[in-house]
Amino acid sequence: MIDALGSPSSLLLVGGTSDIALATARRYLSERPLRVVVAARDTPRRSAVAAELGAAGATVQVVDFDADDPASPARMVAEAAAAGDIDVAVVAFGLLGDADQLRSDATAVAQLAQVNYVAPTVVGTELANRMRSQGHGVIVALSSVAGERPRASNFVYGSTKAGLDAFYSGLSDSLVGSGVSVLVVRPGFVRSKMTEGLDDAPLATTPEAVAEAIVTGVRKGRHTVWVPGAMRWVMSGLRHTPRAVFRRLPI
Amino acid sequence: MPDTVTVSAPGADAPLVPLVGWGRTAPTHAALLPVHDDDDVRAAVLAASGRGVVARGLARSYGDAAQNAGGTVLDMTSAARVLQADLETGLVDVEAGISLDELMNRFVPQGFFVPVTPGTRLVTVGGAIAADIHGKNHHVAGSFGSHVRWLDLLTADGQVRRVSPESDPDLFWATVGGMGLTGVILRAQVQLKAIQSSRCLVDTDRTPDLDSLMTLLTETDHLYEYSVAWIDTLAKGKRMGRSVVTRGRFAKIDELPAKRRTDPLAYHGSVKASVPDVFPPGLLNLATVAAFNEVWYRKAPKRKRDQLQSIPTFFHPLDAVGGWNRIYGPRGFVQYQVTVPFGQEEAMREVLDRLSSFGTASFLAVLKRFGPGNPGMLSYPSPGWTLALDIPVMKGLAGLLDALDEVVIAAAGRTYLAKDSRVRPETFEKMYDRLDDFRAVRSRVDPAGVFTSDLARRLAL
Repeated sequence: MIDALGSPSSLLLVGGTSDIALATARRYLSERPLRVVVAARDTPRRSAVAAELGAAGATVQVVDFDADDPASPARMVAEAAAAGDIDVAVVAFGLLGDADQLRSDATAVAQLAQVNYVAPTVVGTELANRMRSQGHGVIVALSSVAGERPRASNFVYGSTKAGLDAFYSGLSDSLVGSGVSVLVVRPGFVRSKMTEGLDDAPLATTPEAVAEAIVTGVRKGRHTVWVPGAMRWVMSGLRHTPRAVFRRLPI
Repeated sequence: MPDTVTVSAPGADAPLVPLVGWGRTAPTHAALLPVHDDDDVRAAVLAASGRGVVARGLARSYGDAAQNAGGTVLDMTSAARVLQADLETGLVDVEAGISLDELMNRFVPQGFFVPVTPGTRLVTVGGAIAADIHGKNHHVAGSFGSHVRWLDLLTADGQVRRVSPESDPDLFWATVGGMGLTGVILRAQVQLKAIQSSRCLVDTDRTPDLDSLMTLLTETDHLYEYSVAWIDTLAKGKRMGRSVVTRGRFAKIDELPAKRRTDPLAYHGSVKASVPDVFPPGLLNLATVAAFNEVWYRKAPKRKRDQLQSIPTFFHPLDAVGGWNRIYGPRGFVQYQVTVPFGQEEAMREVLDRLSSFGTASFLAVLKRFGPGNPGMLSYPSPGWTLALDIPVMKGLAGLLDALDEVVIAAAGRTYLAKDSRVRPETFEKMYDRLDDFRAVRSRVDPAGVFTSDLARRLAL
């Protein structure tokens, strides 16, 4: 249960080895011990994450999850919920992809759409079903400012995030009256293993800042958060920039 | 051809509604089912889904005790009759949904008062037993459960058992204070307290700090039947713990002024006005609350003796304002209530000191001395000091209260489940040494865990 002051007793990390998922778990664990379910592919990094969270005071459960496998989301949610209610679920998996390759490689585009859009919608549906029967819970979905107005430099990634964002925003409204809520998180450029080697974009942020925004957003019952907060106004400006100008911007 | 029997699952079609406690925090959705008699309750319990059932009365628990996310919640307030009343002995048999307010309306004019009343009359008898509530007379009369002769409990198997301290002490004392987790309390026999008048003789004292408050209560509490102190939590430094102490007892007929002697038991309990649900968050801030507390402290007499007060004025001042919990705004509030044994006054001082320096915009806190506890396995009162204060939900509060819990545990103290909405399960386990006995009774009478609540899930009871 999420208590009166917004502290959950269980956390499901879908894409549990992502830097943002891990930072969110660390942020919660800095306040209180809790049950953390790490859903990810069976890799050495998953073991390392589980060990680290265990050392930080979490009761860790590891569950297999593969975004390429259509049967995986249902099995993953069932296994994660077997030991008790899921209070907060963070949907944090995704790929950035190679923008140059994605411009012309149809197979790579299909693969990115599967991992970044199709799988998150299936996971979101399974989580919503489970939480509806619980009568409570919060789903946190990692969207991106890139989905607000896709630009030429990474439009395939942007389009998958636009789809994910639309799905979870609509899911949020459809869950009104069920006790379940959805928090859509729209970070800007996050310095993490996903963006390793890339130059910082303006208003670049960190997994820790995103984690802080998630914890505060859940605590306050928010539906959308931008990280950093100024991104909201920047993107609002960009959204209304004429195309002739927008496509020439160095972003 | 065999008859087709349609088993209707009551509650299966009931829409999910959001439920909160008095603090208006952490809402969850459940099917709220009004029940009128034993059959309604039995049908609901036997048809319960995997998410279980819990009974709900007037929802004055601050936290999540009468919530059951995704499951069934029984609205007990329709079953509220007086079944039998013996006006010689003061023993009354009542349905669990009856409120203390109604008991007072019925029996004060007949010369009987409820044995124990909390700061509000608007609680049910079922809730009073489940939370084993206490009042200003705990130091002489104990808690509500000590005045219950028997109770009828509908358990997970659908059977109704009449449980008394003699017939099944374990089940009785697991149910008293058991937060509704052993079954549904349907009826109870309660011993009322005989009174000659409906007026109280009240003494008021003002104390400038915590030391003088504790000294005054320690030395003279035994002279009074009812006793409580209201502390200004915003007073710091030398004035920390400054308070107004009100103590009294029911007046005898010959102590009333002549004009009141003709109708000594006249009684009117009523809600005078309601608070609209329009308060913004942050209305109660340090400035407004400090001003209120200052006025309230100054207006109290330094020392006053034998003042006649009505039952609502002395016992339930806040009941005059319906829905006063709304003034804390939409984010709600928590009540932090803890007790520490006598001899651990330093721990109480530390708790109060840290709350004062945190600067929570808290209205007056309540301090009281408890007398001996009862055998209730999860019953809260035990000999020592109890402190209670309301705090609006604000940044940093979660961490502060977790830290205060450690101080309380170190002092062998505990928190009160009827008020709690945020304690951790590991912390709770250290506070109640009879938790395992409670769990043993629950697994005996409810092996499948049909009775559960958000509180039970949160604390892994």
